[in-house]
Amino acid sequence: MTGLLRRDLGRLAAAAATVPATARAQSGPPFRIGYSMSLSGGLAANGRSSLLAHKIWAEDVNAKGGILGRQVDLVYYDDQSNPGQVPALYTKLLDVDKVDMVTSPYATVMIAPSMPVVMQRQMTYVSLFGSGTNETFKYDRYFSINVGGDDIKGTYASGFMEVIGMLPTPARSISILAVDNEFAQKAAESMRHFARQKGLRIVYDRSYPPTTVDFTPTLRAIQATKPDVVFFASYPPDSIGILRAMSELRFSAPLVGGGMIGPQIASVQAQLGPILNNLVSWDVYSPEPTMDFPGIKEFQQKYRARAAAEQVDLLGNYLQPFAYAQMQVVEQALKRVGKVDQAALAADMHAQTFDTVVGPLKFSALGEWVEPRNLFVQFQGITDGDLEKYKRPGTKVILAPAKYKSGTLRTPFGQGG
Amino acid sequence: MEFDLSLLLNGIVSGLLLGGLYAVAASGLAVSFGMLDIVNIAHPALMVAAAFLVVAVGGAIGLDPLLCAVLLSPVFYLIGVGIYTFYNRFFERRGDEALQGLAFFFGVMFIIEVGLVMAFGPEQRFLDPSYAFTTWRIGEIDLPLRMLVPALFGLLAIGLLYLFLHRSFIGLAIAAVAQDAEALRLLAIDPVKIKRLAFGVSAMLACIAGGALIVVQPVEPSSGQIFIGRVFAICIMGGMASLSGAIAAAFLFGVVENVTATFFGPSWAPAVAFGWLLLVLAFRPQGLFGRAA
Amino acid sequence: MSATTLTDPRGADRIRHLPFWLGAVGVALAVFLALRLIGNEYGYYAGYFVLQYVVLASAWNILGGYAGYVNFGAAGFLAAGAYTAIFVRKAFGFDLIPGILCAAVVTGLLGLGTGYLTLRLRGVYFSIATLCLAVVLQTLVVNWDYVGGSRGAYVIRPMTIPPFASYGEYIFLVMLALAVITVGIARTVEVSRLGRGLQAIRDNERAAEAVGVPTLRLKLMATALCGALMGVAGAPLPYYSGYLNPDAAFSLAFAVNAIAMPLIGGAGTWAGPVIGAVLLASLQQAATVTISSALNLWIVGWILVIFVTIAPRGILGWFGKR
Repeated sequence: MTGLLRRDLGRLAAAAATVPATARAQSGPPFRIGYSMSLSGGLAANGRSSLLAHKIWAEDVNAKGGILGRQVDLVYYDDQSNPGQVPALYTKLLDVDKVDMVTSPYATVMIAPSMPVVMQRQMTYVSLFGSGTNETFKYDRYFSINVGGDDIKGTYASGFMEVIGMLPTPARSISILAVDNEFAQKAAESMRHFARQKGLRIVYDRSYPPTTVDFTPTLRAIQATKPDVVFFASYPPDSIGILRAMSELRFSAPLVGGGMIGPQIASVQAQLGPILNNLVSWDVYSPEPTMDFPGIKEFQQKYRARAAAEQVDLLGNYLQPFAYAQMQVVEQALKRVGKVDQAALAADMHAQTFDTVVGPLKFSALGEWVEPRNLFVQFQGITDGDLEKYKRPGTKVILAPAKYKSGTLRTPFGQGG
Repeated sequence: MEFDLSLLLNGIVSGLLLGGLYAVAASGLAVSFGMLDIVNIAHPALMVAAAFLVVAVGGAIGLDPLLCAVLLSPVFYLIGVGIYTFYNRFFERRGDEALQGLAFFFGVMFIIEVGLVMAFGPEQRFLDPSYAFTTWRIGEIDLPLRMLVPALFGLLAIGLLYLFLHRSFIGLAIAAVAQDAEALRLLAIDPVKIKRLAFGVSAMLACIAGGALIVVQPVEPSSGQIFIGRVFAICIMGGMASLSGAIAAAFLFGVVENVTATFFGPSWAPAVAFGWLLLVLAFRPQGLFGRAA
Repeated sequence: MSATTLTDPRGADRIRHLPFWLGAVGVALAVFLALRLIGNEYGYYAGYFVLQYVVLASAWNILGGYAGYVNFGAAGFLAAGAYTAIFVRKAFGFDLIPGILCAAVVTGLLGLGTGYLTLRLRGVYFSIATLCLAVVLQTLVVNWDYVGGSRGAYVIRPMTIPPFASYGEYIFLVMLALAVITVGIARTVEVSRLGRGLQAIRDNERAAEAVGVPTLRLKLMATALCGALMGVAGAPLPYYSGYLNPDAAFSLAFAVNAIAMPLIGGAGTWAGPVIGAVLLASLQQAATVTISSALNLWIVGWILVIFVTIAPRGILGWFGKR
């Protein structure tokens, strides 16, 4: 029992109990799911909110009697957002803790170093928000919870292309600015691909380092090229810097947006308020009627009730439902297979469709979603930084893909600051 | 990118505004590192800690971040005095400042940064005063108040520091410590007392810089790391013990960074700025604005 | 490592070398056999984590501990080694071992260049210069698409390498061998004329120069050696994790630990960084799997501050040795 005790101590330090003590008492050995998560360091904001989603899932499952009649126990370690920690942590989970299943940490940079370890043990592996991780490994027991699909370059910006097509006057030129990291560079690559295909002239195309403090000179250089469409691929701190500098420069263009990470996050929405108006940004979820999947409202209700106390994103409109869905996929496959057989679980995941809080999911041979779902949403009618409106439809209107469309494009971006 | 005069002018102006932020961030270090010879690499971390406190206090009572930083600066003076007392007791007196003292500040930096994560969570924090969303335009040139107000505020603080160092008795004593601590002893002034005071002033400036920083951009616990290299680079280029040199270097650094970003794209801006520093170190170690030793 | 192999720096060098190497190889074999008996892959991975810091801290100590020049750019050199390994693998198909050799050459030259540019300056200027070097190198790597740029580089490794039980065992043994070699080199430097010259520089550079110590040449030899060994510490990193991106390679953790470990163990002796690295890295690994929150990084910060305060000569200082 020393292992259990040690984990209890760890959990105590993390100030949260995963499983109510009463629930743990009723059945045999707990069903243990292990993973590492970024609870400190640069990825911690998303890592910690994913962990809360996982805890909510574990409580929901345990309330229904657990998995295979066993109570679920989450065994997680903090990888400190440091990829160098990941291989050791996964060997620990598999060899020392001997967990029944492993799931992934958050984001490609952390998932990739776990892959060789997981592949060596032939574990079935459901990942969270990796983009194209399996393109290199081609592991047949890898399943990805992310909207990207098999071919990121060929599909990512297609929704944005659809939105460009909605402009009243056809666009002729585009500018591209992307931060130096894997996700943003892939997004920019996809945009370039579509721009060339559709004959859009690329008038500005550069990258910037994540340590950039002032975006004014860069945006002015973009402004000088007078693009019809402005495409950014950015991360949270710089998304804010870019959007504020744009508002200061009274930067206006028929269409502004792209693969910006940041506008999906509650604290960013609170800070930027009306600056976000008419921005067309990549997203994974919006509380629009077209995305009212069974279970999502209940999940978000539970999540929002606890978010403030856990110091995580207050809304849970971004990757949190996907973290919940990640565990739902594990749960449903185990329920169908009836035992912990990694090969059978992988076969089941390849064959079946999963009903999750982020909608029905089907996986391709590479483990990505058969049907990519890169949403492009537009922020509309925002007057202040109050977050209540983001819980209701109509604020983050979905423009593409057509299947989820819930409103019409407003143009231009940034009239009069 | 074709050449464009308005782009160049705006690049220079925005670089000067950015330089104002760098100047206030570097001025505290110019006192501790430049004059007292204390390599306080925790200075940017102190600045970020101040920014977090400004958010917490200013957000709670609805006060302007810059005013709030001024109100909080006595607290940082005391923190600075505390840090220096400890540093003097355990490192300076033992003659261990070179290696162990440096490691001490490294540890302090780490403790502050992780302490902020534990106290405030890893999320970004912000506190925008109402003027942060206004921009003045003079002809072709933009002056966003988000950058202009902190830059002017920082320059005001630096101006007061300059007067303090050059006009007041204590200020002159600080300058004397930088030159020759033993000579002060002959005047019956305790150099340790003077250094303690000066280090407190340097921490106060970190607090002021934190107030300026939060107006310019949101902060997260690790924000200080972006500034470490930059503020030290500025102090060295400015020629160490010279405050005016550091200010000039700060503006130059901002302009080089922003003009590079305008014409060659932002990805090369840090490499150009730091590569330049390496060259300065190699060929003119007394700094661009320092006198040869 | 047993403390009995500690030598008096002025002792008869030639006689003491053989027992050291035998002892070091013996300890390494014992560690390996113990891990093999436990039969646990985690031991190898955690062991690699600790050993890479033994190499890095020992390398840092050659310049920082012996000569008193603080290198803030350990992460830069380590990353340069790692990216050299990635480059030669992609360009020439070189595997791990030739990759390590190439990394040693490249980062050794890098160290020499940095030293040549900046070692004419005193102490803290050199430190700031190394900090800048790390920033410049990171910018170069981020903009260099051939080695993956900001997207990172994948190194697909085989599941097993025949004579070894598993890949984990193989990569662990490689790092173990590198650690033994590095510690041996550090010790050889310490007891040689080079080490004594560096110590003279640390105590009083002007005085050393005055009595005819060729300070610049000694310092250049030290930076080159220090750089090469740091590169060696980094070269197996992409093979260990299967993927490397600039953020991970240039991580602040490497720079912090490279300084903290020798100081905690006792800078200026070859055994100090070994003790510091084994203690601090094991503690970090243990804290990661038990406390698992931001708290464990906080502990590292406090340990560093407390140690340099109450034990300025490190753990070895307690035993009255320098």
